[in-house]
Amino acid sequence: MTQFNEMYHGTEVRIPYARLQDWIATMPQELRSLKQAEAEALFRRIGITFAVYGEGGDPDRLIPFDMFPRVFSGSEWARLERGIKQRARALNAFLVDVYGRGEIIRAGRIPGRLVYQNADNCRTPSGVSYMLESREIMMRMFPDIFRENRIEPVDTYSEKLRRTLASVAPAKCNGEPTVVILTPGHFNSAYYEHSLLADLMGVELVEGQDLFVDGEYVYMRTTEGPQRVDVIYRRIDDAYLDPLCFRPESMLGIPGLMDVYRSGGVSICSAPGSGVADDKAVYTYVPDMVRFYLGEEPILRNVPTWQCGRPDDLAHVLANLPELVVKEVHGSGGYGMLVGPKAAKEEIERFRAKLAEDPANYIAQPTLALSTVPTFVEEGVAPRHVDLRPYCLVGERIELVPGGLTRVALKEGSLVVNSSQGGGVKDTWVLAE
Amino acid sequence: MRLMVDHLTLYRYDAPVRSIVQSHRLTPSIFAGQAVIDWEVTVSGGVEGARHRDGAGDEVRGWTIAGPVTEVAVQVRGTVETMDLSGVLRGHRESVAADCYLRDTAPTRIDPALAALGESASGADMLSLAHALSAAVSGAIAYRPGVTHAHTTAAEALALGEGVCQDHAHALIACARYRGIPARYVSGYLFATEDGTMHEAAHAWAELHVAALGWVGFDPANRCSPDARYIRLGSGFDAQDAAPIRGIARGGATEAMDVTVAILQSAQ
Repeated sequence: MTQFNEMYHGTEVRIPYARLQDWIATMPQELRSLKQAEAEALFRRIGITFAVYGEGGDPDRLIPFDMFPRVFSGSEWARLERGIKQRARALNAFLVDVYGRGEIIRAGRIPGRLVYQNADNCRTPSGVSYMLESREIMMRMFPDIFRENRIEPVDTYSEKLRRTLASVAPAKCNGEPTVVILTPGHFNSAYYEHSLLADLMGVELVEGQDLFVDGEYVYMRTTEGPQRVDVIYRRIDDAYLDPLCFRPESMLGIPGLMDVYRSGGVSICSAPGSGVADDKAVYTYVPDMVRFYLGEEPILRNVPTWQCGRPDDLAHVLANLPELVVKEVHGSGGYGMLVGPKAAKEEIERFRAKLAEDPANYIAQPTLALSTVPTFVEEGVAPRHVDLRPYCLVGERIELVPGGLTRVALKEGSLVVNSSQGGGVKDTWVLAE
Repeated sequence: MRLMVDHLTLYRYDAPVRSIVQSHRLTPSIFAGQAVIDWEVTVSGGVEGARHRDGAGDEVRGWTIAGPVTEVAVQVRGTVETMDLSGVLRGHRESVAADCYLRDTAPTRIDPALAALGESASGADMLSLAHALSAAVSGAIAYRPGVTHAHTTAAEALALGEGVCQDHAHALIACARYRGIPARYVSGYLFATEDGTMHEAAHAWAELHVAALGWVGFDPANRCSPDARYIRLGSGFDAQDAAPIRGIARGGATEAMDVTVAILQSAQ
């Protein structure tokens, strides 16, 4: 398996990392340790200790922060941006279609079984606060490198998010839309992020009990009486939106919200039911969606994926289990996952049995040659595998912040970047051209 | 047939509640088998809220009732002209794909006994299979009120061998889905004849999606398909999803519900 090192091409330093080469070469060991301790203290002080949502683990644990940035050149990012926006447009078209005429299913491009029997399973991708705070902390600790490099800002995210939310206000809204963030509450592992975004956008952070339905609208209780709400940026799952609709026994949520939403009295972001596009099995069809809805060739390739629910695919997967990565369709956090090349024989056999029992619950992919970025480790600086979580906003326009969350597998050779299993985060730079 | 409906649901609370929110599926469906002559829903102390037609074609209306209240009356009165279409839901507009109704829910989840019941039915085509499934459910669950409750599952009802229309519908839905036929729960009214052979004025049955015909109703509780004696209100994955009235009261009081339904044939 060849591994792409984002900093070095052989012995040559790739251009985006050129200045970091000097930075690292001239940094004394004591300074490095000092700064690492300082970064940790800063993260603790601001209280950003949550586990990345959906990954489980101790909510008070700090995710290790690695000071060595991950860098994209302007042109690398431009291509990524085009590709990500293209996927966002296709996914949006897909959601409109499957809750309407279902053309892509009638055309036989996606099996209806995958879509229609999908229990909505919406996850709100979080971690955006890590992107924002990592940058803030890096700038505070190393102002010099931010002077030497022209790095695109990420702090425009909150303004972009606010604009996007305002742009989807219902037609019934007159004047400046009132936007709120709906959080499950302070016990939620991503509460810090919810309150940070509310602060940055200057909008109210509310829990279910702060909202109520009266007649055709949703209102927020305030000290000055009820205030109508136009857009709800919800960071709670579908199942907790409206007990009348989803969980009648639950006291969580806002009774009657779905009736108001469906009759156009309020907008909910992300839309209820959009989780169908977040399913790992549906996800494998994104390139088909790009071709079907946009009539374009996908700019970004998907990781080749075998659907174990298909007999042919399953046969291939079972025959090549030691080389593959197997994941649960609805799984997250790197749990319930087999990394074939790293797994013991017994673990592979355990997965073989699971696959035989419920094949449709699994997908398989080749072991990815995730690229590496230099990372501070015990012995100095060494390459570690990384991934990227970009933050794309879809409203009237599609917007992407130049940056994102880079997760890094801190264990040598490890491909699991999840924070619950030894992953850390890095600041992600996009250089201005 | 011209049917007159008088349906009163009375909610009583043992202590005043702060507020009540309800969502109603209480308007007759629009399809070739029935036409509304007049129809009115009133809620004592209620403010009519949002109104929309959902993906399954049902009209859904929200109501809010500001407290403190100890009693709420939901009164439905109306007249509907009905026609016998042998259970076929002709001319009904909806946008949800039929295959969505292959998805199971807790009360309609298959178990070995339901699967065996589903297997026991056979038919030369989908329609006759649907009829056979309905007959199998009628045979396996005897009509008997009082032995099951609102949260009884299809599997539990089959194990008991007794139940009411809700249990029959859930069992038929489970068996049909098991056989690959999309199936859903329908709530409505039934004009009960005087000889007492028909059961339950506030009624429920199942619809199965038969490729050639579309949605077709089956009432295993009465061993027939819906005809001119039936008024269709709305549908869902199961009883809870298709409930004519859903509501939540804030305030921690105990709720008691009293329902009276009268369906009469109009002399015109």
